[in-house]
This record gives sequence, structure tokens and C-alpha cells, in this order.
Amino acid sequence: MERFQKIAVPLLAIAVFLALWEFVVWINGWPPYKMAAPSDLPAAFIRFQDQFIGMGWQTLWRTVLGLALAVVFGTLLGMVMGFSRVARDALYPLLVGFNAVPKATLVPVIALIFIGQHDFNTVLMAFLISFFPIAVSVGIGLSTLEPEYRDILAALGASKLTIFRKIALPKTLPEFFGALKVSVTLAFIGTNLVEIVSPHGKGLGALFLSGQINSDYPLMFAVLIALAVLGILLYYGVVALERIFAGWAEREAQ
Amino acid sequence: MQNLIDIKGVTHAYRTRHGALPVLDNLDISVPQGEFCAVVGPSGCGKSTLTRLISGLMKPNAGEVWLSGEKITSPRKTVGMAFQNPVLLEWRTIIENVVLPLEIVAPSMPKAQANDRAMHLLEMVGLKGFESKRPSELSGGMRQRASLCRAIVHKPEVLIMDEPFGALDNFTREDLWQTMRDLRAAEPFTAVLITHDLRESVFLGDQVVVLSGRPARTQYVLNVDLPHDRTIDILYEKEAVGMLHVLREQIRIAQGRDGGTDGGAH
Ligand SMILES: Nc1ncnc2c1ncn2[C@@H]1O[C@H](COP(=O)(O)OP(=O)(O)OP(=O)(O)O)[C@@H](O)[C@H]1O
Ligand SMILES: [Mg+2]
Repeated sequence: MERFQKIAVPLLAIAVFLALWEFVVWINGWPPYKMAAPSDLPAAFIRFQDQFIGMGWQTLWRTVLGLALAVVFGTLLGMVMGFSRVARDALYPLLVGFNAVPKATLVPVIALIFIGQHDFNTVLMAFLISFFPIAVSVGIGLSTLEPEYRDILAALGASKLTIFRKIALPKTLPEFFGALKVSVTLAFIGTNLVEIVSPHGKGLGALFLSGQINSDYPLMFAVLIALAVLGILLYYGVVALERIFAGWAEREAQ
Repeated sequence: MQNLIDIKGVTHAYRTRHGALPVLDNLDISVPQGEFCAVVGPSGCGKSTLTRLISGLMKPNAGEVWLSGEKITSPRKTVGMAFQNPVLLEWRTIIENVVLPLEIVAPSMPKAQANDRAMHLLEMVGLKGFESKRPSELSGGMRQRASLCRAIVHKPEVLIMDEPFGALDNFTREDLWQTMRDLRAAEPFTAVLITHDLRESVFLGDQVVVLSGRPARTQYVLNVDLPHDRTIDILYEKEAVGMLHVLREQIRIAQGRDGGTDGGAH
């Protein structure tokens, strides 16, 4: 019953949302070139089926690769900031400043530096936009580790690395996954940002652009839906990983 | 008899924003092999600092700490520690928590053997049947029992405890005193127990060291000449009551107050 509810409720919500959308388009009598209705979308999906699969895959792997780099780099940076006060004091303002820059402004900069390197630019943007939450969460997780947690192993002469592996890392996992949920969405945005503005690009963003150029509104809306679906998939992928690696942090519902 | 723990003239100060904060001043404590040393003293006088110096987590500014004939300059595998906070790892089951020190001290020990050792201890402290539970499923007293098992699972020479029963209610605390007494009879460690509870110090200690207020010196050492198989009732008998009176008086002095006024004089 509970399982059924868990699946049925969100599906129902989506159905209600689509019905409302269809209704609003129908009641206003909007033609497809102004606003597409959900009923226009299956045709668009079928027409561009190969494109959706191919481009969707492009968007997916570049997002995941950018995110993976962000995880590695963000964790390392977080470790440096977590273990060294000096590094924390030195890096924090820099990081905050970097994070404050709207990433859309970086797109042309990157495009100029690495002309034509579309894959590289996309992955780079996904990475740049998403490592910050990870670095901060790991840094804070490590620097706020209660000394006793360290001492139970440090008193036995365990190395810093062992303490990190056996205690600090698992203990920060819940915060890490909290940050990863934010980062995965950011990486996805970063990928699409580059895809949409790059001429002759790849990915769902490029498909959206071609829809725009050809005034194919059903296609554009179909891309938006595809993006939403892919975004949900990515997000729940992270949730699944969280269940596996940090499931212990979940309290039983009261 | 050779002393297992020898603290000789240990002096330590923390560097703070307002300059040096002297915490320990020429401290001497000796604990013979197998004995149980309880340490009491006013709050903030430097007791936790002392535990970190004995375990080698910190080095004193001056003076020396010797464990079984060796001068301590860094942590070693022959030490076990327990704190007021049981610090169990939430992502491990109880038995996985207990075997943790073995993963550091004896990484090549077969898992089955490590688990047997842990199970043996868990049984002794009354946690049989809870070995696969998560720490959050246990009561505070049970968690502290598991924490004690973890502290001695690798058969340390020295067990250092910093107010391990401080956060428990009175009856649970007395239960754990008895558990500690039984562990002590079964396991060969020499112990240092920091406590705020004078009854606890008399029930468990072979000697009770009273530290002065900060910076802490050894102000008084009481030898507790009672048999090792003590029961809680012994605390209500004449001999123990006399010792408690003496200790109470020493604490008053350590707090910088005259005997009898108990703080009301200020
Ligand atoms: N890392 C540190 N840096 C600076 N000062 C410290 C540090 N650790 C402890 N102190 C100070 O040293 C003094 C002694 O601290 P310690 O924790 O050893 O006392 P304690 O006797 O264990 O106290 P309590 O009875 O409250 O547990 C305190 O005044 C404390 O503020
Ligand atoms: Mg203390």
C-alpha cells in the first residue's frame, strides 16, 4: 500500500499538471505556434525520436562527467579547507567570489578560450558551476568533526588518511549528498547553458535551438519536457546513491 | 612494583588569544600495573588535558609521561580511550563499532576472531543480542557500554576514561560502575578515570588523585584500601563514608573555598 502510494501520488500529480496545461491552452484557443499543448508533444517526440535519444545521451554524459569532475575536485578542495585553517581562510573568499559570478557570463569567455571545443566547453561549464556546494559541504563537514571522533583513532596512532577514510568521510556523507543534489541540478543547467548558446552544438540544448530557429514550438516544448525528465532521472540517480552509501543517516519515520 | 603509568612534573599551557593559559603545573601521578586511578578536580582545571597528554595526543611543555617504561612522545596502540560522549559511528552496527580499534591495531586479524573478541566483551557488559543494532537504537547507558567494549577490545595496557558516566542518570551510572568493576576483574588493563563523582572515584579507584584548581597540581592522593569486589553498599559503610568526607574537603580546598562554607561565602 505504502509503495503503491509512493508511486501513484507523484504520477497523479503529473497527470493533473498535464491536464491543466492542456485545458489552459484549449480554453484560450492558443495555436501551436504560440503555445504547444501536451497533446501536440507525442507527435514531436516521434518525429524527432532519433534526435531525442542521441542528443539526450550527449546532454547526459557531459553532465555526468562534469559532475564527476566536480565531485573529485570539490572533495579534494573540501579536504584541504577542512584540514587546514590557513587554507580555509585563504580559499573561502576566492571561492565565494567565484561562485557569485553568474555563470552565463562565463559561457562566451570559455567559448573564446577553447574555440570549437564543444564537448570540452560543455563539460567544463558543468564542472565549474557545480563544484562549489560540494567543496563547501565537505570542508564544513570535516572542520566541524567533533575532536572525540578523531581521537578514538588518533589515540591509537592511526594516520590522518585512515581517520579520514574510516570516520571523517563517512560522517560527512549525508552533507555531501545534500550538496550533490544541488550540484547535479547545477551541472545540468551548466551543460544546457553551453548547448543552447553554442552554434552547431550538440545535446538537448542544441535541439531546442533548432526548434527555435525553425519556429517548431511543439519541438521546443518537447525538449523542455525531455529536459525535465532527464533532470528528474539525474536527481533520483543521486538519491539512489545516497540510499546506498548514506542510508544509515535516514531516520525511521515517526 | 613498577609503575605502569608515571607522570613526572608535567606542566602544560595552552596558547590562546589572551596569551598563555597555564593548565597543568608540575603534576605528578603514578599508577602501578593493574591499578585503577580515579582523578577528581574542579571543573576546567585541566583533567581532559591530562588524558590527552597520557595518550600521547599532545606533548606537555615540560615534564614527562612514561607508560610501561617508555617515554611517551606520540600516540601508541596500547592505549584505549572512552569519553563522556560514547562517539559511536552511526553507520556501523554495534559490533562493527566495537571491532574498530582492531582494524587499526591488528589489521591482519581474521574477521571472525575480531568478532569473537567483540562478542565476548558485549556479552560481559550485557549487550548480547544488540550486536547488529545501530547505535541510535540503543539507550544512553547501552551506548556507553558499547563504547567501553570498544575502548578495551584490543587489550590495551592503559584505559583512559574522561567522565564516561557523566551524562547518565544515577541508577544507570551505578550499574555501569559494577560493569566496570567486572571488566576490570576479567581484563588486565591499568586505568585512569576522570570523574566529577566522588562516590564513583571511591567505588572504582585504588587511589583517588585530587587536582587543585587551574593550573592543576596534585593536591592530594587518597589510597582506597577496600577489596576489589566492592558492592554499591560499601559506599554506605563507615570506611567509605570517611573517605568521601576527606575528598569533599579536598575539593573545597581545590575550589579555593574554606571548609564548610560551600560557596555561600562569596
Ligand atoms: N585547545 C585548547 N585551546 C585553548 N584552551 C583550551 C583548550 N582546551 C582546553 N582549554 C582550556 O584549558 C582549561 C582546561 O581544560 P580541560 O578541558 O582540560 O578541563 P577539564 O578539567 O577537563 O574541565 P571539565 O571538568 O569541564 O571537563 C580550560 O580552561 C579550557 O578552557
Ligand atoms: Mg573535561
